[in-house]
Amino acid sequence: MTTKGFLRPVTRRAMLSGTAGAATFIATSPLHSPAIAQNAPLKVGMMLPYTGTYAKLGQFIDDGFRLYVEQKGGKLGGRDIAFVQVDDESKPEAATDNMNRLVGREKADVVVGTVHSGVAMAMVKVARDTKTLLIIPNAGANDATGPACAPNIFRTSFSNWQSTYPMGKVMADAGIKNVVTITWRYTAGAEMIGAFAENFTKNGGKIVADLTVPFPEVEFQALITQIAQLKPDAVFSFFAGGGAVKFVKDYAAAGLNKTIPLYGAGFLTDGTIEAQGEAAKGIRTTLHYADNLDNPANLAFLKAFKAKTGKDGDIYAVQGYDGAALLDIGLTAVGGDFNARDKMIAAMGAAKINSPRGPLSFNKAHNPIQNIYLREVRNGRNEMISIAQADVDDPARGCKMT
Amino acid sequence: MDLITLGVQLLNAVQYGAVLFLVASGLTLVFGILGVINLAHGAFYMLGAYLAYWITLMTGSFVVALLGGVLVAFIAGILLETVFVRLLYGRDHLAQVLLSFGLILVIDEIRQLLFGKDVHAVAPPAWLSGSIQLTDNLSYPVYRLAICVFCLMAALVIFFVIARTKIGMIVRAGSENREMARVLGIKFDRVNRYVFAAGIALAALGGILIAPISTVFPGMGDGMLILSFVVVVLGGIGSVAGAAVGALLIGLTDTFGKVFFPSVSSILIYVVMAAVLLWRPSGILGRQDA
Repeated sequence: MTTKGFLRPVTRRAMLSGTAGAATFIATSPLHSPAIAQNAPLKVGMMLPYTGTYAKLGQFIDDGFRLYVEQKGGKLGGRDIAFVQVDDESKPEAATDNMNRLVGREKADVVVGTVHSGVAMAMVKVARDTKTLLIIPNAGANDATGPACAPNIFRTSFSNWQSTYPMGKVMADAGIKNVVTITWRYTAGAEMIGAFAENFTKNGGKIVADLTVPFPEVEFQALITQIAQLKPDAVFSFFAGGGAVKFVKDYAAAGLNKTIPLYGAGFLTDGTIEAQGEAAKGIRTTLHYADNLDNPANLAFLKAFKAKTGKDGDIYAVQGYDGAALLDIGLTAVGGDFNARDKMIAAMGAAKINSPRGPLSFNKAHNPIQNIYLREVRNGRNEMISIAQADVDDPARGCKMT
Repeated sequence: MDLITLGVQLLNAVQYGAVLFLVASGLTLVFGILGVINLAHGAFYMLGAYLAYWITLMTGSFVVALLGGVLVAFIAGILLETVFVRLLYGRDHLAQVLLSFGLILVIDEIRQLLFGKDVHAVAPPAWLSGSIQLTDNLSYPVYRLAICVFCLMAALVIFFVIARTKIGMIVRAGSENREMARVLGIKFDRVNRYVFAAGIALAALGGILIAPISTVFPGMGDGMLILSFVVVVLGGIGSVAGAAVGALLIGLTDTFGKVFFPSVSSILIYVVMAAVLLWRPSGILGRQDA
């Protein structure tokens, strides 16, 4: 076979398909999408962990979002909603591909996701590049509403900074002077411990030791022995999921909970409390939700969620629910016309939501402004003691909205 | 660090090493004698923990869970060997890795269907649920001490079976020279089956024992699998005694690494592994000619 004869037809065909491909790409890219008829359903891409360690969290966010849409008769802002679903498996390495698939091939108008911060940051990058509207229903990485903030990116959950900062003052006010902190050595751990330490030292406290375990290791015995030796006034910790259960149980099994009270980020005892059992009793944490919030919105939400799924709603379900509420406000403001983007984003940024968690609004970086509650584990629940700090606003360090 | 704290940390290290040994010994048996790389070993560790949770929930007895879990794992091992693993003998490692990786996915899905995605806790038997006061503010759970004792006994049983029984003799002969053993008329296939099943049962046993002091969660086997491979390679592939030495070394490195060098503790065990392999490429007790 000669090179010449081999090359010619291929080149021509490649030219043709290449052109066609480019045309398709331009047509599908949200930047250039032609006006979609207003009665066509709006496509919401749910990119959440449906399998793996965070599967339950992903499912609850999904259920919460769909509950809101169902309550509105399957429409938001008068526009029918269609769902397309991708399992992100909490794998950052696959995140960019998954997000591109949702935005490109599936032509999702809005993407909702996700739980894992590493995955969320990859999604944020794609959302910034393609200008896709992104609603983050959990991941707390400070950067998402910090240096990586963008008009088309919203968060309905929390920033890591926000969730633990108020605890610094709470513990200092309780007369605690010396604290040992312990967490996994990864971004979320560093951000949560960092925000606590910032406020705690500002109020006269001292961090005696900053202990860390490699993520996601769950062998804590060596560090628990070290805590016993250091004898601080209290311990402040952040772990989640299986690690949180094991840490709390190990801490109690070593008898340390009798002499050195354990404090933590809310996730230490959220979704894990049943497995922790007696060991979790008396642990105080801060979070933007508590199990016994008795505002009417929360009571109605819990009832509806139970009726839909047969399960007790939690903060993850609330974050999904509020994600849909936020989108509803945006779409309502433009009468369902998704192409009136700027107006829609402005309405979402100014949204005041009567959330099950309490009043919810958004700062200039599109991170929630919300109450952070001080909770204590009582009767196997995270019961609210007080509002640790009202209307906590993340400083959104490094955010330049363009 | 005072002497008592040092002693407690030493105890932590030994206890961690004991569980590692139990899981890794199963892996090294299967790896060394059948020549099969079983990536699903960690999945059986997880399955053992879930069985412990479920049987304890159903019967209220951890001892029943211990016996029942090991039995279920052993039977599963025999079935798996009969249906799948026997096809792998003598094949290249890629085929083994693919099959056992497939097993991980299947077991994970079964776990999802049977037990869901939740994190669970298992209560230790009541007579082991107390704790001993070690220092003014630190007590040590009796159950952790019991694990050390139990693992030590299990190790003795394994050593006895391999060194003193007929089946152990066949196992040793097989790992020395499989062809010669077969020529001499030894029914090798049946022994293979039991060795594989025993390996799986040891993984499950590790999972069951760890369940009360750990938690039962999806993906708990992944980390254990990697550690087990480190222990096996460190100790010498196929050597149970090597697995014991390797496990102890990893327990010590991990515990004291976290205390003295917290910033590099995550890579410390791999540094130790690399150093040992430079010194003895076949592992501490591995045959150096291999």
